[in-house]
Amino acid sequence: MSTPTELSESATPGSRAGQRTPARRPKPGRVRRLSKRDKVVLGIMVGIPTLVQLAFVWIPTLLSVLLSFTRWNGLALSDIRAAGVANYSYVFTDNPAFWPAVQHNILWLLFLAVIATPLGLLLAVLLDQQIRGSKIYQSVFFIPVMLSLALVGIIWQLFYQKDNGLLNFLLGTAGTPQAVDWFGNSSVNIWAALVAATWRHAGYVMILYLAGLKGVDASLKEAASLDGANARQTFFRIVFPAMAPINIVIVVITIIESLRAFDVVWVINKGTNGLELISALVITYLIGEGQSIGIGSAFAVILLVISLVPITIYLSRTFRKEKF
Amino acid sequence: MSASTTSKHARPARTSKDGVGHGRSRPHYGTHIFLTVMAVMWMVPLGWALFTALRPKADTDKYGYFSLGGAFNFDNFAQAWTQGGFPRYFMNSLIITVPTIILVLLCSSMMAFAVSRVSWKFNVTLLIMFTAGNLLPPQVLATPLFEMFKLIQLPYWFSDSGSLLNTYISVIIANTAFQIGFCTFVLSNYMKALSADLTEAALVDGAGIWRQYVSIIMPLCKPAIAALATLELIFIYNDYFWPLLFIQSGDRLPVTTAINNLQGTFLSNYNLLAAGATITVIPTLVIYLALQRQFVAGLTLGSSKG
Repeated sequence: MSTPTELSESATPGSRAGQRTPARRPKPGRVRRLSKRDKVVLGIMVGIPTLVQLAFVWIPTLLSVLLSFTRWNGLALSDIRAAGVANYSYVFTDNPAFWPAVQHNILWLLFLAVIATPLGLLLAVLLDQQIRGSKIYQSVFFIPVMLSLALVGIIWQLFYQKDNGLLNFLLGTAGTPQAVDWFGNSSVNIWAALVAATWRHAGYVMILYLAGLKGVDASLKEAASLDGANARQTFFRIVFPAMAPINIVIVVITIIESLRAFDVVWVINKGTNGLELISALVITYLIGEGQSIGIGSAFAVILLVISLVPITIYLSRTFRKEKF
Repeated sequence: MSASTTSKHARPARTSKDGVGHGRSRPHYGTHIFLTVMAVMWMVPLGWALFTALRPKADTDKYGYFSLGGAFNFDNFAQAWTQGGFPRYFMNSLIITVPTIILVLLCSSMMAFAVSRVSWKFNVTLLIMFTAGNLLPPQVLATPLFEMFKLIQLPYWFSDSGSLLNTYISVIIANTAFQIGFCTFVLSNYMKALSADLTEAALVDGAGIWRQYVSIIMPLCKPAIAALATLELIFIYNDYFWPLLFIQSGDRLPVTTAINNLQGTFLSNYNLLAAGATITVIPTLVIYLALQRQFVAGLTLGSSKG
C-alpha cells in the first residue's frame, strides 16, 4: 500500500511544474516515445487477451453462423454437409417448439420490463429516502441477486411444489385435487418461472438505480421543489431523465437477461412443456437425443441476431463520445 | 457515507411549503409498511427452504410440512453434506473459480492498460470487441465451443476423455474468455480516470510500459480489482451453464451445477433437497457479508459510465 502513495506523490510535483491541470488522457504523441522493448511488451499485453477473446468468443460465434448452414451430427468433421437455408426453413415452418419459444422470450422480456424493472426502481426510490433500516431492506432485496438462477429454480421448486409446497398450502389447495403443480403445469409454469426470475431481477435493478440516484445532482431537486414541483413531478421530469445513462444500462440488461434466460427453465424441465426458450433450444439440439448441430446453430444465430440489437444500442451510446 | 449527502437534499423537500398539500407529512409510515410487506415476501422462498431443511423428514411426514411439530436440528444438513458429496463439489468449485479469477484479472488488466493508457489506432475497436463479447448470450457460442473442445486431442494421462471436454480446463477457458470483456471495460474506464501525469512522469524517469503497468497503474487500481474479484467470485461460483455443457462426469461438477443432480438423488426427500440448496447458498452469503462493499461497488462500476 505504501508503494502507490510514494510513487504518486513523487510523480505529482514533477509534472505539476509544467502543467496546471492534469490531462485526462495520454496524448497521441506518446506512441513515438515507445522503445522497441516497450512495443514487444505491449504486443504481448494486447496479444494474449485478444487471442483468448477471438479464439473462444468471436471465432465460435462466427462458426455458429457457418454451422447453421450445414447438416452435421457432430461426430467426424468429414461428415459436415452443406444444407443451404434448410435449417432455417425447418426452424421457421416445421419446428413445433420455435414459435412458442419466441412467444416465451417476448413474454419474458415484457414481464421483466413491465413488472420486475419498475419494481426495482420503486424499491430504489423508496430506499433512497434514507429511511430507518434502509440498509436492512436493501440487504433483503439484494440477497436473491447473489444466488445462481439454477439455485433460484430449486428454491422456488420447494415453494411451488404440488403437495408439499408452501404456495398451495397458503392457497388452501394443498392435498386437494385443485392443487396446482406450478412448475409442472404447462399453462402456468412460465408465469411461475417469471415470478422466480423477478425475485432476482428486481434486486439487481434496485442496486443499480440506488447507485444512479446517488449520482443525481441534489441542486436539480432543490431547484425543482423551489419552482413548485411536487414529488411526482420532480421524479419524472427531473430525476428520472437525469439518470439517462443508468436507464440505458437497465434497458440493455433487461433485454439481455431475457434473451439469456436459461438456467431457471433448464433446472425445471430442460425447457420443455410450456417453458420453451430459444436459448434452451440451442442446447437441446446440442446435447439432446436428436443431436443436430445445424438446427441448434440456426437457433443460436437467431438468438445472436436478436441480441445484436440491444448490444449495438449500448455500444453506440457508450463509445459515441470516445476520441483517441 | 451516503447518508449525509442524501439527507442533506431530502430535508429541503420535506420542509418546503409545497410538501404539505401532497400528504408528504407522513410518507414514511406508508413506505415502511410497503417495504416491510415486500421484505417479508422476499424472504419467504429462502425462509421456507431453511425451515424445511431444519426439520427431520419423519416429523414432517407425521405433522405435515406446514406445522411446527417435531424437532428442529441440523441432521438434514449433515446427511445432505455427506450423502450429496458436497466436499467434492465445493473443491471442484474452488478448482474452477480461483484460476478463472486470476486469469480474468490478469488478462483484462493488461488489456485495459493497453487501451486506456497507451494511445494507438485500434483502442476503441478492441474495447468494443471485448465489451460486445461479454454481452452475447453464452448459448450463441456454446455449440462451436463444445465441438472445438471435443476435437482438441489430449493424451489420456491428462484427460480421460482424450479431449478438452470433461476437464476443469474447458470450464476455466470458457469462463475466462467470457468474463475478460466485462472486466476490461470496467478497468479501462477506471484507468482512464487516473491522471496522465502519473505515467508521463514515470516515462521521463525511464520507466518502460511493463514498469508503468506493474508499479504505477496496478497499485492504483486496487479498489477496482478488489471489487471485480469479489464480483467474479460470485459470478463464477454461480455459473451453471458451462459446467453443464462441458463436464459429463458428475464428480467433477462444481456445486452450483451439481445441486441439480441432487434433485434426483434426494427425489422423495424435500428436507434433504432444502438442506442441499441452503448449503449451496451459504458461501455466497458469507462472501456477500464479508465483502459487501466491494461486491456492490463491482456491480455498479460497470454501469456508472454510459
